[in-house]
Amino acid sequence: MQEAGIPASNQASSQAPPADAIIRAKKVEKYYAQPSQNRIQVISATDLAIVPGEIVALLGPSGSGKSTMLRMLSGLSTPTAGQVYWHEKPIAGAEINVSIVFQSFALFPWLTVLQNVEAPLQARGIAPDARRERSMKMLDTVGLDGFEAAYPKELSGGMKQRVGFARALVVEPEVLFMDEPFSALDVLTAENLRSELLELWANKSIPTKAIFLVTHNIEEAVLLADRIIVLGRNPGHIRTDFRVQLAQPRNRKSEPFTQLVDYIYKVLTKPDVAPAEAPEQQTPVRDQRQMHYQMLPHARPGGMAGLLELLLDRGGRDDIYRLADDLSFEIDDLLPIVDAAQLLGFLTIEEGDAAITESGTEFANSEILRQKELFRDAALANILLLRQIRRALDSKIDHTVPEDFFLDMLDEQFSEEECQRQIETAVTWGRYAELFDYDAGHRRFVLPDAQEEEIATGKEDE
Amino acid sequence: MKPQHPLARTLVTIRTWPILIDAAVILCCLAFFLGLIKLGTYWMARPMPAVVISHSARALPLYAFYSIARMGIAYILSLLFAIGYGYLAAYNRRVEAWMLAVLDILQSIPVLSFLPGVMLAMIALFPGHQFGVELGSIVLLFTSQVWNMAFSFYSSLKSIPREMVESSRIFRYSAWQRLWQLELPFSAIGLIWNSIVSVASGWFVLIPCEMLSFGDHSFRLPGLGSYLYSAASATPVDMHALFWGMAALILIIVATDQLIWRPLIAWSDKFKFEQVESSSRVTSPILELLSHRGMLLQLPSRAWNGLEEKIYHRLSATRACRVVHPVDDEPDKGGRLFSVLLGILAGAAVLWAASQAVHLLHGVTWADLRLLLLGAGATYLRVNAALLIAALWTIPVGVAIGSNPKVAQVLQPITQIVASIPASAFFPVLMLVLIRMGAGLGIGSIALMLLGTQWYVLFNVIAGAMAIPSDLKEAAEVYRFTRWQRWTRLILPGIFPYLITGMVTASGGAWNTSILAEYGTLGNRTLETIGLGAQISAATGEGKFATLLMATVLMAAIVVTMNRLVWRRLYRLAETRYKLEG
Repeated sequence: MQEAGIPASNQASSQAPPADAIIRAKKVEKYYAQPSQNRIQVISATDLAIVPGEIVALLGPSGSGKSTMLRMLSGLSTPTAGQVYWHEKPIAGAEINVSIVFQSFALFPWLTVLQNVEAPLQARGIAPDARRERSMKMLDTVGLDGFEAAYPKELSGGMKQRVGFARALVVEPEVLFMDEPFSALDVLTAENLRSELLELWANKSIPTKAIFLVTHNIEEAVLLADRIIVLGRNPGHIRTDFRVQLAQPRNRKSEPFTQLVDYIYKVLTKPDVAPAEAPEQQTPVRDQRQMHYQMLPHARPGGMAGLLELLLDRGGRDDIYRLADDLSFEIDDLLPIVDAAQLLGFLTIEEGDAAITESGTEFANSEILRQKELFRDAALANILLLRQIRRALDSKIDHTVPEDFFLDMLDEQFSEEECQRQIETAVTWGRYAELFDYDAGHRRFVLPDAQEEEIATGKEDE
Repeated sequence: MKPQHPLARTLVTIRTWPILIDAAVILCCLAFFLGLIKLGTYWMARPMPAVVISHSARALPLYAFYSIARMGIAYILSLLFAIGYGYLAAYNRRVEAWMLAVLDILQSIPVLSFLPGVMLAMIALFPGHQFGVELGSIVLLFTSQVWNMAFSFYSSLKSIPREMVESSRIFRYSAWQRLWQLELPFSAIGLIWNSIVSVASGWFVLIPCEMLSFGDHSFRLPGLGSYLYSAASATPVDMHALFWGMAALILIIVATDQLIWRPLIAWSDKFKFEQVESSSRVTSPILELLSHRGMLLQLPSRAWNGLEEKIYHRLSATRACRVVHPVDDEPDKGGRLFSVLLGILAGAAVLWAASQAVHLLHGVTWADLRLLLLGAGATYLRVNAALLIAALWTIPVGVAIGSNPKVAQVLQPITQIVASIPASAFFPVLMLVLIRMGAGLGIGSIALMLLGTQWYVLFNVIAGAMAIPSDLKEAAEVYRFTRWQRWTRLILPGIFPYLITGMVTASGGAWNTSILAEYGTLGNRTLETIGLGAQISAATGEGKFATLLMATVLMAAIVVTMNRLVWRRLYRLAETRYKLEG
C-alpha cells in the first residue's frame, strides 16, 4: 500500500552515501573495552550521511546512544572504531563549521544575552563592530530584539532557547545539530519555536545547509524532518532510515501523518530481530541482545498496575499510539511501562497493539495484596536478576548479600551508570513484591523482616 | 539607540557622577604610588634582620603598612599559583592523582615548621638586601594560603557542566577565551570564599612570624605582629602600645571586610549558577558606589578590552582555534617520552632529598623520639578536647542562630569579621594573663586552640541549621516531636554534613595552632607544656633541625592518618545517609 509518507522500510541502512554528503560516518562504533575480553558496545558499526538541503531526525528510546551519535558526527567525541568525514576529509583535523543547540541551553549566566551570542564570533577574531552588528541582527531574527542587555536568569525557558539558537546560527554553520532542543520547554513554547525554525529554514533566512535533530518525540520528528533514522538499543544500531515525503506545512491530524507515526511506533515496539549479517571483529563481542540478564525497563510497579487496569477498561486491547495520546504520555514515558508489563507476562504486543494476557487480567482485577503476590510470582519466574538475589539471600546463613556482588555481574553487560540504575529498579520491584529489602547505609540486600522471623521460628521448630 | 563609543571628551563635559569618586580614586592611586616607593627603598636597604621596634603609636601606620604589603603580595602570589596548579591538575589526567595527593599532604604539614628553612634559604639568596628577609616571610605566608585555593579551583574546574564545556569546544574557544569566559567565572565564588579563609589564616601566621628566633639567628621585621609581641615582652608590659596595636589590627580587618570582601561577594552574585533569581542577596554600598561608572574607572576597562581584542584576533588565526577538539581527547603520544624523562628526573631528585632527610633524622636519639611520641599523645588529647568543647557550645548556639533568619542576617556578618581577626594577635595578651594567674599552658593551650578554630564550626553549624528544609520542621511540629526527638531525629542529622566540614577544618587548624599555643616566649619569660607543638617551637628556637624534622613528620603523619581513617569515613556517611537532597 503506497501512500504518501509510508516508505519501504529498511532494516539496516545500506544506502550508498551520496557523493556530496557534508558529513559522512563510515562504520563508526563506540564501545568501552573491559579487561575481561568483553566490550560494552554503546553503538555498533553504523553508516550515516548528512547531505545538504535536508532536515534529518534521529529518533530512539533512551539508551540507544543518540546523543553519543550526535557527538561523534559533530567531532566532539572520537569514535572507537570507524571514521567520520567532513567533505570527504577526516573530521579530526578538518576546519569544520557546525553548531549545536543544547537541551539545557548551555548559556553562560555571567554574560548578557548579547555577549553570549557574540562569544563564538569573538573566538573567530571578528572585530567588535562587525560582531555586534551580526549578533543584533541574529537576535532580531529570533525575536529577542530589546533583550540584549538582559542576563539569562531573567529570561524564560523559551527565550533562553532562542538565545541558544541565535548563538548557534550567528556563526553561519553548514550543519546545525540539535540535541533534544525542545524537551525542556512547555508544549506551547516548543510548538512556537518549531514553527519558527521551519519558517527560517523554508525562507532560507539562515545559510545553514543541513539540520541534524536528535529527539525522542515521534511527532516532533515527523513534523520537522525530511528524513528519519530510528535507532534501536542494546547496542545502538539503525533500525530503519527513510524519507518523509509529506509536504510542509504538515497537519498533525491528517491521515498520512498519523499513519507515519503509527508505523514508527510499530518499529519501536517490535521485538528485537537478529542482525542480518554477522559483525566481523577479532575480539568476540557478546551481543547484548543474547545475554541472559534482561535489561530492566525503568518503570514502577504502580505504573504497571495503572496501565493494566486501563487496558482492561478498554476491553483488554488497545493501540499503543492511542493509549499514549489519551494519557498525554511521551513515548519515552510509556514504553518502559509497556516493556515492563510485557517482561512480566502481563501483556503482549502485536503489531503496535497491546493485548492483556490472562495473568494480566487477574493482576488488574485483584486487590493490593494479591497484586503483590502475583507480581512476586511473575518476577521470580521471568526476571533473572530478582531470582538470583532472592536465591542468594535464602541460601546465606545471615540472609544478607552485598550489592557489589551483583554489580560485578551486571558490569559485564551494562555501563557503570546503567548498572546502578538496574540495581535501583530491581530494588524498587523487589521491595514492592516483598521479595527482599535493601539497606542503603551498608549497601546490602536483606530479607524483609517478616520473613526473617518466619525463617527464625521455622528453624527453632526444627 | 544610544551611541556606543562616544568621544571621551564629550563624557567629560557631561558629568553625571559625583566628583567624590574621582577624587577618591586619585587619592588611592597616589597612595599606592607612595607605598610602592617606600617599599622599594626599604627592600633595597642593607639587611637588618633584627630591627628595633618602636613602641610609639606614631610608628603604627608604617608598621601596619608593611604587614599589609606582605599579606597582599603573598596573597597575589598564592592566587596565581593556585590557578595554575588547579588548571594543570584538572586537565592532565596522568599527573592528576599525584598532584591531588601532594595537595592533601602539604595541607596537613604545619606551616610554621617551614619557618627556619625558608628564612635561611631566602637570606642566602639575597645576602645584600633586606629583601631576602622579607621574601622569607612572604614565602611562609604563601605556603599557608595557597592549598585550599588550589583545591577550590581544581574542584570547580571538574564540576563545570558538560554542555557548557561542549559548547566552548564546538564554537572553537581558544584556551584563553575558555579561561576568562568559562573557567574563571565558574570558579569565582569558590575562589572568593576561599580567599577570605586564606587571608584570615595568613594573618594568623604573620603575627607570630614577624618576631622569631632560631638557633643564634634572631629576626625582627617591622610590622604589626612584632609591635604586639615586643609590647607584650617589655618589662613592665606596655599596655598603651598593646591597646593601640590591637585596635589597629581590628581596624584593618574590619576595613578589609567592608571595602574588599563584601563588595566582592556582592559582585560574585553574577556568577551564581542558578536558573532563577534568588531573593536573598548580600548588598554592599561600596560596590554600588563603584558601579556608578565614573569615567576614571572606565579607562582601565577600555584599555583592557582593546588589548583583549588583539589577543582574540591573533588567537583565532592559530591552528588550535580552527578545529574542534574532541572532549574525550587522548593525551599526546609524542609528549610521553618527555614526561617519562621528567618523571625519572623528579623521582631521582626526590630520592636524593629523602635520603638526605633520613640522614638528618639520625640525629634524633631514642629518648628524643619517646618524648616526641609522648608530646604527640598529649597534643592529640588536647585537640580532641578542643573539638569537643567547640562542638558543645557551637551546636546549640549555631542552631539557635540559624533557625531564626532575622537574627542570622544581623549576626552573620559580625561573626565573619570576628572570625577573621587572627587569634594569634591575642596570644601575647592571653599569655600575660596566664602568667599572672600562675596557670600553665597545659589547659591554657586548649583555650588558645579554641579561640582560633571554633569559628569554623560555628559558621558551618549556622549554615547547616539554615539549610534544614522547613517542611521537615513542620512535620516535626505536626507530629509533636519531643525535644529529644527533634534533636536526635531532625536537627543533628540535618546539620551533620556541615558539622563534619567544620570539624575537619577546625581539627587541622587546631594542630597548626598547637605550635603557637603550647610554647610561647615573651621577652625572657617562657611558657611551655608537654606537647608536639611545644616541641616543634622549642626545636625551632634552639636550632635543632633534626628534632624539628622528626616532629614535623610526626605531626603530618597524624593529621593525614586522621583524615583517612576518621574524617573520610564520616564524610562518606554524610554523603550517603545524611544528604538532604536525593
